[in-house]
Amino acid sequence: MYQDEELVFSCPQVVADRPTHYCPGCHHGVAHRLVGELLEEMGLVEKTIMVTAIGCSVFLYNYLLVDAVEAPHGRAPAVATGVKRAKPDKFVFTYQGDGDLASIGMAEIMHCANRGERVSVVFVNNTVYGMTGGQMAPTTLIGQKTTTCPGGRCAEREGMPIKMAEIIASLGGSAYVARTALNNVKNINKTKKCLRKAFEVQTSGLGFGFVEVLSACPTNWKMSAIKANERIANEMIPYFPLGVFKDATADVTGEAAGKGEEGK
Amino acid sequence: MASGDKLFLKGNEAIARGALAAGCQCFFGYPITPQNDIPEYLSKALPDRGGAFVQAESEVAAANMLLGATACGVRAMTSSSSPGISLKQEAISYMAGSELPAIIVNMNRGGPGLGDIGPSQGDYFQSTRGGGHGDYRLLVLAPATCQEAYDLTRESFDLAFQYRNPVMILGDAILGQMKEPVLTAPDRPADPAEARDWSLDGAVGRGPRLLKSLFLQDGALADQNRMLQAKYEAMRAEVRWECFETEDAELVVCAYGTIARIAKSAIRKLRKKGLKVGLFRPITLYPFPSEALAKLVKPGRKFLTVEQNLGQMVEDVRLSLCGLATSEFFSIYPGNLPVPDDFDEPIARALGL
Ligand SMILES: Cc1ncc(C[n+]2csc(CCOP(=O)(O)OP(=O)(O)O)c2C)c(N)n1
Repeated sequence: MYQDEELVFSCPQVVADRPTHYCPGCHHGVAHRLVGELLEEMGLVEKTIMVTAIGCSVFLYNYLLVDAVEAPHGRAPAVATGVKRAKPDKFVFTYQGDGDLASIGMAEIMHCANRGERVSVVFVNNTVYGMTGGQMAPTTLIGQKTTTCPGGRCAEREGMPIKMAEIIASLGGSAYVARTALNNVKNINKTKKCLRKAFEVQTSGLGFGFVEVLSACPTNWKMSAIKANERIANEMIPYFPLGVFKDATADVTGEAAGKGEEGK
Repeated sequence: MASGDKLFLKGNEAIARGALAAGCQCFFGYPITPQNDIPEYLSKALPDRGGAFVQAESEVAAANMLLGATACGVRAMTSSSSPGISLKQEAISYMAGSELPAIIVNMNRGGPGLGDIGPSQGDYFQSTRGGGHGDYRLLVLAPATCQEAYDLTRESFDLAFQYRNPVMILGDAILGQMKEPVLTAPDRPADPAEARDWSLDGAVGRGPRLLKSLFLQDGALADQNRMLQAKYEAMRAEVRWECFETEDAELVVCAYGTIARIAKSAIRKLRKKGLKVGLFRPITLYPFPSEALAKLVKPGRKFLTVEQNLGQMVEDVRLSLCGLATSEFFSIYPGNLPVPDDFDEPIARALGL
């Protein structure tokens, strides 16, 4: 580096310098990166015990260089509970997909949140089961075609897509709950802010932190990366509104608790 | 808990106290009869000692909490009874695959399905053959008395950490609910260094650690299974059994747990009548004491396996006898409460009387 140059952007050390296995346009890599940046900025790297889930992000431990344990499908919040109860001074988070968290792991996430476990959850909602090849998820939108609802999801047959952030916010133990998206730079920056809060409610001992991150899966949506970003704005956000649904750190009437339509 | 006290304890409480004496710091459970005394006791005793007690939302969650706690190298336990143990199998398989030293207590009740809440040995296969998916084994300890329940639970933690493998304590409704005097032992806090080399505590001054059971690379899963099999082979060193009056026995009754205990009473009574009957009692069900049993084979000597199920351990007995002898089988139906007299007729029949 020349003397008059200033380094303004670099990769966090905790993020491994290696290509990922993700498809082009997938947002998992962006979410990993945000988590990595925050672990470093918040001085949490050496305190972290990460609980990985089953899904495309099962290899998260190849990209974030922190202690990690692999949970069975859907059980990451229970595993995280065990970790946190055994080591209350560690920073514990799970990173889960929508099939993992909102279907097979529904009981575990609800009760972990309701107990107010001092853990943080990064919930990547891409409206499909990515790893197994694009089957219908509990979050699949009405009319969305997947390999197991080839005619499009139908409310009468499959029910309505589940809104996890709203559900988690309704539980007594959650301290911070937000929904964000990764479809543009503004929303990526917003996501990082919300993740920081979700981590802070853990480190300050306030309670359970949860961020639902609307993410693209161009491969299983069968569209280009750009079209996938447009789909997040045009189809996902109208059904899954962005916003902060609960924030125990703020005055409930204040700005932070405002629900809804921001950030489209 | 003061050490060396003689206490009058239910088997369930003996197990809970044995765990505390071994330095158990976390317990995760879900209510089910006939093991409720274990979580009830620990829900007070563990927090009093600075440990953690969580009543989970299900046995699935409880077992996965156990996975998380043991990944941190902490001494931790769960307990349940048959239907609940079925639900724990997912996490048990993952813990075996990830080599985590967890203690799982099964106070076996009658099945299949909801069965009943009475005693049963119907979970022998599930306990000794793995129970969940994949090729794995648990170290399975089968106490027959409240004292043994206390002692084996206390020891089970050492074994789990020594082999980095889940250990199962297999009791039943009789053991859990009966009361006996138990001599307690001194508290032995866990060696703080016992998990130093592998447990998760934050990557400080070292590279990150990973505990997992996924091995996708070509040949990686084969290597993992090879390593696990070598460990299960090494676990054979832990084989335990009891021989009672087998020296001159014409008939050796093979039984484990509380059924062996009741069989012993029957044998004492029959000995007084001059019948030459002995007892072979496996204490470790896995590893099974095959060699010790095979050594009991003698010309003319007969074997009778008695279990409170429809015939499970008898398969291991027959395998151990290697065709040099065989074993008759007598079933005590799960759910019933057997008494020593129930053994008279099958023993007489096996002796050809
Ligand atoms: C008990 C169990 N059932 C099913 C599977 C198969 N499986 C692996 S990943 C996955 C779905 C993951 O989808 P999601 O959580 O939405 O994450 P994504 O891959 O989309 O990131 C499933 C069903 C499994 N591993 N374990």
